[in-house]
Amino acid sequence: MAENQKQNYLTHPKGIMSWLLTLDHKRIGLMYLFGGIAFFFLGGVLALGMRLELAAPGNDFVSNDTYNNMYTLHGAIMIFLFIIPAIPGALGNILLPLMLGAKDVAFPRLNLASFYIYTVGALFVMYTIISGGVDTGWTFYTPYSTTSTSNVIPMTMGIFVIGFSSILTGLNFIATIHKMRIPGLTWYKLPLFVWALYGTSLVQITATPVIAITMVLLILERLLGIGIFDPALGGDPVLYQHFFWFYSHPAVYIMILPAFGIISEIIPVHSRKKVWGYKFIAFSTLSIAFIGFLVWGHHMFTSGQSVFSQIVFSFITYFVGIPTGVKIFSWMLTMYKGQVSFTPPMLYALSFLFLFTIGGLTGIFLGAVALDIHLHDTYFVVAHFHYVMQGGTIIAFLGGLHHWWPKSMGTMYNQTVANICCLGVFLGFNGTFFPQFLLGLRGMPRRYATYDQQYAELHNYSSFWSGILGLSIFISIMNLLWSLRKNNKLDPGTNPWGGMTLEWTHTTSPPHPHNFEEEPVLEHGPYDYDKVIVEPTFKK
Amino acid sequence: MDRLTEYLFPKQVSTFAADIDNLFYFIFYSSIVLFAIVVLGMMYLAIKYRFKKGDEVRLTSSKDHSNILEALFFIVPLILVSITFVWGIKSYLQMIIVPDDAIEIKVTGQSWFWTFDYPDGGTTLNELVVPSNTPIKIVLSSKDVLHSFFIPVMRTKMDCLPNRYNVMWFDAQEEGVYDILCTEYCGTGHSQMGAKVIVMKPAQYEAYVAELGSDDENIPLDELGAKLYTKKACNTCHTLDGSALVGPSYLQTSQMWGQERVFDDGSSTVIDDNYIRSSILEPQTQIVAGYQGVMPTYQGLLNDRELDALIAFLKSLQEDSQI
Repeated sequence: MAENQKQNYLTHPKGIMSWLLTLDHKRIGLMYLFGGIAFFFLGGVLALGMRLELAAPGNDFVSNDTYNNMYTLHGAIMIFLFIIPAIPGALGNILLPLMLGAKDVAFPRLNLASFYIYTVGALFVMYTIISGGVDTGWTFYTPYSTTSTSNVIPMTMGIFVIGFSSILTGLNFIATIHKMRIPGLTWYKLPLFVWALYGTSLVQITATPVIAITMVLLILERLLGIGIFDPALGGDPVLYQHFFWFYSHPAVYIMILPAFGIISEIIPVHSRKKVWGYKFIAFSTLSIAFIGFLVWGHHMFTSGQSVFSQIVFSFITYFVGIPTGVKIFSWMLTMYKGQVSFTPPMLYALSFLFLFTIGGLTGIFLGAVALDIHLHDTYFVVAHFHYVMQGGTIIAFLGGLHHWWPKSMGTMYNQTVANICCLGVFLGFNGTFFPQFLLGLRGMPRRYATYDQQYAELHNYSSFWSGILGLSIFISIMNLLWSLRKNNKLDPGTNPWGGMTLEWTHTTSPPHPHNFEEEPVLEHGPYDYDKVIVEPTFKK
Repeated sequence: MDRLTEYLFPKQVSTFAADIDNLFYFIFYSSIVLFAIVVLGMMYLAIKYRFKKGDEVRLTSSKDHSNILEALFFIVPLILVSITFVWGIKSYLQMIIVPDDAIEIKVTGQSWFWTFDYPDGGTTLNELVVPSNTPIKIVLSSKDVLHSFFIPVMRTKMDCLPNRYNVMWFDAQEEGVYDILCTEYCGTGHSQMGAKVIVMKPAQYEAYVAELGSDDENIPLDELGAKLYTKKACNTCHTLDGSALVGPSYLQTSQMWGQERVFDDGSSTVIDDNYIRSSILEPQTQIVAGYQGVMPTYQGLLNDRELDALIAFLKSLQEDSQI
């Protein structure tokens, strides 16, 4: 036992500086994880504050201005500080080299730099909050954002800085995937999570520069009045929308592709079954990443863009739907003739299938131009993207966290509590967001601090369930952290789910500081449950 | 179906509303079928192939594809979304092709109220009056930031931009009073930037437009002021009960009549008729301490009698509260 203890990355080397200056991808991943979870908590508290205000029609708890600040910060923090950096930065960092059999990512110093750039960006955002907030919405539409007296500049500066962290992580991952695979680990033997990270990274390095430029132009417009977005100076607010969505639509795929990767790992392992349609899942990831660049105009169906653009954007939008649909069927069919265990990660994966299918199908409603015009900027859209972002990405993130927690931390949480929390998240989520579809159909606009009496019942219902949702997520994270208490270590050889990829079969839990004691030799594919038996082992 | 529509949607008032709702139902029922396949399939497979206590870990099937199933999963959704796409565009075209005989009304969004200009002169604020069974062409623009003009019962909306005109149209089939909402975020008063569309019989509409403004001649000043208070959207930002909204409450101003009011630059003025008049016409010159100076000017939107009426109304509030 004693010699195993000193051989894991969590305890070796010791000291605060060994963490702050670490080049170990696993430690950097953990720092991203805890940073991300802290912002997830902050964004969640803001969300609950909004639901509290919206529980009844009038200005019951906060003023309009406070509400506007809250929803802006909720969106910006969740997107730019949690969802976009957290999955690639945390789970991607911890797992990618392990899955490839590598010692680290291709550029470990750059990896640490990415983390500190993210920290600097986060400090800008914190400054924004402390110095009075920002009230423009996370979309920063001009001319409101060029004339608002709130702190637009520190916020957009923060997003500009965080963008570089995103670009450098993407660059690092692409180089790692191309160059750091062990011999024999060919493209078609890669775990699907690696394919997902590859697609994500491509979008990160190609789309992020556009938001960086847009944010800089917005700052210059405010400071110097260059006259590009502000109509009073001869600029065009619709141009801003094009710039913004040219990044922010692909950013949706930065957020959802890693989630697809996580689900593609969880379902085969916990069903002990070869994944259905490996090549299809791999290539649809890349095609979704590509098509995602061509559909930004569907965010602007009521902006007055030309009829021709409306038709083209509506048409291409449906091309994203088809491969996504086939993916969902593939995950479902993976369970066919398998041995399905209802573990916490699997329950999250099944919730994902349920919720993300609703998120995807409601996108079809919004892609139809005539119907979108009624639903645009109503709660229908709010519900749709929460079903995708939270029901999809965050549920997958929680599933992935429960799946790889014993691997990265070397402890096992209470599985019964985790299962109950998963059920709580599922019910709370549906209770919160399903009524919002109905609100949207009835015409309730988004970003309203107060509303008409006719919407009161559904809002009240939504607010009630948001409490259950928040509480369940909070307890599930606490359940994970509670497992870190003393004398709760797992046996280092443990492989609790019977995973077949290199991080499960060739290294300890938690892994060795250099990942593998010797270079791993690939013995089978990532999902060869039809050829090899890997017994799940779970010992203290 | 009708009861479902009643539950899900606002009334269908425009000519194209029913078609759009039907498009919704087409996608809705197709989605329910696809969703049922996914969820029931998932539950069936998960339960049928569950790992039971006492089961042995064994090699599982190598089945990982089925050409027929995959083709089916590809083709069926493709057909469904093709129909959706074509229907979506077809309905959209009828929403944007404005009939030639439409009455054109100019709509201007401004933080945080709507102004409506009618073809034969006459202006209303926050009350759009239109004849039924007549195509209405709405030409939209904004005086400041972006707004979006949304009439749920007509199933249509369009953004208002400060630098160009957008167009939308509808033909209301049923008389009544319906909501207008702003759906593009525009700051503090965004959620209060509502208005009403009043659909009248064509004859009533003619009479209404002809009389715009003239019926106000014969009523007492303070009653006219009370009318203007809501009609000209003062109530969006100023309350009558003493609570502060975007601007100071009329009641507070009224109770301070004859006293000094302090402005954000440190200067002050005695509240009197002239002060009220100038703060309506040139609201940016003196901003009450503690408030943002966001009020637009009402120059050109109120005539002298209407200004007198608002002042009289404001003064009357204090007397009411003393009783």
